[in-house]
Amino acid sequence: MKRLLLILTLVLTQVAPPVWAVTPDEVLEDPVLEARAREISKGLRCVVCRGENIDESNAGIAKDMRILVRELLTEGKTNDEVMDFVVERYGEFVLMRPTTEGANKLLWAAGPVLFVLALLMAGLWLRARQKASGPGEEALSAEERARLDELIKG
Amino acid sequence: MITELGHFALVLALGVALVQVVVPLVGAHKGWAGWMQVSVPLALVQFGLVAGAFAALMHAFITSDFSLRLVVLNSHSLKPMLYKITGTWGNHEGSLVLWTLILALFGALVALFGRGLPPGLKARVLAIQGLIGVAFLSFSLFTSNPFLRMAQPPFDGQGLNPLLQDPGLAFHPPFLYLGYVGLSVAFSFAVAALIEGRIDAAWARWVRPWTLAAWIFLTIGIGLGSWWAYYELGWGGFWFWDPVENSSFMPWLFAAALLHSAIVVEKRESLKSWTILLSILGFGFSLIGTFLTRSGILTSVHAFSTDPTRGYYILGILAFFVGGALILYAVRARELEAKGVFSMVSRESALVLNNILLAVGALVVFTGTIWPLLAELFFDRKLSVGAPFFEAAFTPFIVGVAIVLPVGAMLPWKRARLAPALRKLAPAAALALAVAGLAWSVGTGRSLLAPIGMGLGAWLVFGAGTDLLARTGRGALPARLGRLRRLPRADWGRVLAHAGLGITFIGISGLLAWQVEDIRTAQVGETFSVGGYEVTLEDVSRAQGPNYETTVATIRIARDGREIAVLRPEKRVYPVQGMPTTEAAIQSSALRDLYLVIGDPQDNGGWAVRTFIKPFTAWIWTGILIMSLGGLVSLSDRRYRVAAGAARRGRAAARGVPAE
Repeated sequence: MKRLLLILTLVLTQVAPPVWAVTPDEVLEDPVLEARAREISKGLRCVVCRGENIDESNAGIAKDMRILVRELLTEGKTNDEVMDFVVERYGEFVLMRPTTEGANKLLWAAGPVLFVLALLMAGLWLRARQKASGPGEEALSAEERARLDELIKG
Repeated sequence: MITELGHFALVLALGVALVQVVVPLVGAHKGWAGWMQVSVPLALVQFGLVAGAFAALMHAFITSDFSLRLVVLNSHSLKPMLYKITGTWGNHEGSLVLWTLILALFGALVALFGRGLPPGLKARVLAIQGLIGVAFLSFSLFTSNPFLRMAQPPFDGQGLNPLLQDPGLAFHPPFLYLGYVGLSVAFSFAVAALIEGRIDAAWARWVRPWTLAAWIFLTIGIGLGSWWAYYELGWGGFWFWDPVENSSFMPWLFAAALLHSAIVVEKRESLKSWTILLSILGFGFSLIGTFLTRSGILTSVHAFSTDPTRGYYILGILAFFVGGALILYAVRARELEAKGVFSMVSRESALVLNNILLAVGALVVFTGTIWPLLAELFFDRKLSVGAPFFEAAFTPFIVGVAIVLPVGAMLPWKRARLAPALRKLAPAAALALAVAGLAWSVGTGRSLLAPIGMGLGAWLVFGAGTDLLARTGRGALPARLGRLRRLPRADWGRVLAHAGLGITFIGISGLLAWQVEDIRTAQVGETFSVGGYEVTLEDVSRAQGPNYETTVATIRIARDGREIAVLRPEKRVYPVQGMPTTEAAIQSSALRDLYLVIGDPQDNGGWAVRTFIKPFTAWIWTGILIMSLGGLVSLSDRRYRVAAGAARRGRAAARGVPAE
């Protein structure tokens, strides 16, 4: 379980450690196809692990999934077709990169929307600050004005 | 006996903490000096008691007292002494005592070094620290008591997770806790300021060093964790966007934002209300991290409901402190009116932009981290949010920070013009573009990652250099060098921290863009070539460690016939836990790491060997180290050390000014 970086998780869940992910016997002969397999594997989550992709995982099921991906690629399927096939079989859960369908739009939009809102608010506030004369900077209190008048007259 | 004393000390500490909340708060409200002053001895006594409890627990671990349940579950008599000691906090209950100990330590430090603080503010700050202490001491005692005995002590313990038996990870949690808990000081100052209804430059000057210290500890803690992942996990990843990592990254981002906004409060008496909010959010996210990692809720909603007591307790603590502080904020923030006037182009505006980028970036990380939970609860969808999301959604914000940073650092306060700052930065920009061009031509041209990342890194480093030069003014070289030597340490600290960030940028993009990997079965004696290096598997042998068995490979690496290194990667098995670990062998140098891993024996008599060439990897941690060093240098600035006295004088002069 390579992702369990921090001590607490390691402590709270007794898990198998990393030893090997991709083993030499899985590697495809064709380097281009193998590179594609690695790329796809990085986007697929191992279903029994905690947030690990199948490329890093040592779990048996991850190995099965890696072999499945390689078989599908050897059959001549495109990257997208392989992804679709695996998602069909194991569910949306295996996608490391969430889709943009349905409620997930909220997830993807959260950052940009928050950023634009924050910029707008900051912009308005900055404009106000630009115009406002802060207390203590220019404005005099009644008391101070009286004292000033006194000095000028004096 | 010692264990019982420790248990008793922990209970007594809870009692002391309760008094530390009530008496100073009442005293500060009524203006009774004696009641306010009692917060100082109470904070010291609380620290002494928790330290005693922690020492007792550590004693049980060192002597392998297997009548203690916690020791049985997490230790073993054969374990090396270092890991017996660090095993004290290598578990939920023990780490919670350490958390509380650090909290009490910070309380005691505020009590000791806060001599210049106005008595009311000091009493309130210590009372809030006490209140956090009450929450965590009761959490420890009522749900996670470390001092429970076994009715029938076994002969030996179950051992510590082998992955934790490593110096990098042994000291990773204490640093993170120092960071998390350090943010509690800023939180207490914020709440105390809200109760008092006033915050001024002096307030920011007190808060800044604590926030800076917390940020330094978080930086080191996160750095240690990612370094450990790099060498221990066997394939050289360093950051995984795991929820647990994200839990430490969000407070780091907020602490960084708070550091910068506190500067504006200190220098310009502006951004007050926002700084208070950041102080609350910074510690709030520390608590959220604690909740996410300790409740088990992220593993699955079901894991949470099997033992919900701890989860609910932390959720209660979180709701009470963050909710309470935010309500107080909503009621009182209006009274914290800003003073400074500044134009759209100014250092202030640049720092506002920095804060927006860091805070929104942190919120993106937060959204991604809890999204699987929300999707399951509200939309009945089981889905994952992995590294690809964070890389796509978070990176733009940190890239934005990198673009803006050198310009912002060059802008003067109040009113600035962009053109002069940009003119001064032109050489840095040209150099950065040159670096990006070099990266583009060296690479295979398939990815923009290396040129952009390296260019931004160089922009940060050269920008920091420009910043430093600009501080020396004009004139002859000797005079400028003289001024360079006399620059305030805060300036040096800023320049170092910003340059460190750039170095980390270069390291990350170099590694991600140019890593070479090779996986194969090699026979003993076989030589193969990876990325221009000749790798020879010379020998594989078995050996016995103190509490593990190991398989050691001897691998010789040469380039153009000249030997570069002999590396010995290991594969260990810890029989007590029945757990294997990999010990990668790494030869690190300025431009690349050689990273070797030995795997299982294969059917044909060969061994699985994984070879990585990882360019610029050492730059990642060098940069992190320089960032924390910059923080330290800044922290040692005279102006902070004399701040207490200066503030007292400033305060005396400003007496009579009504609350803003």
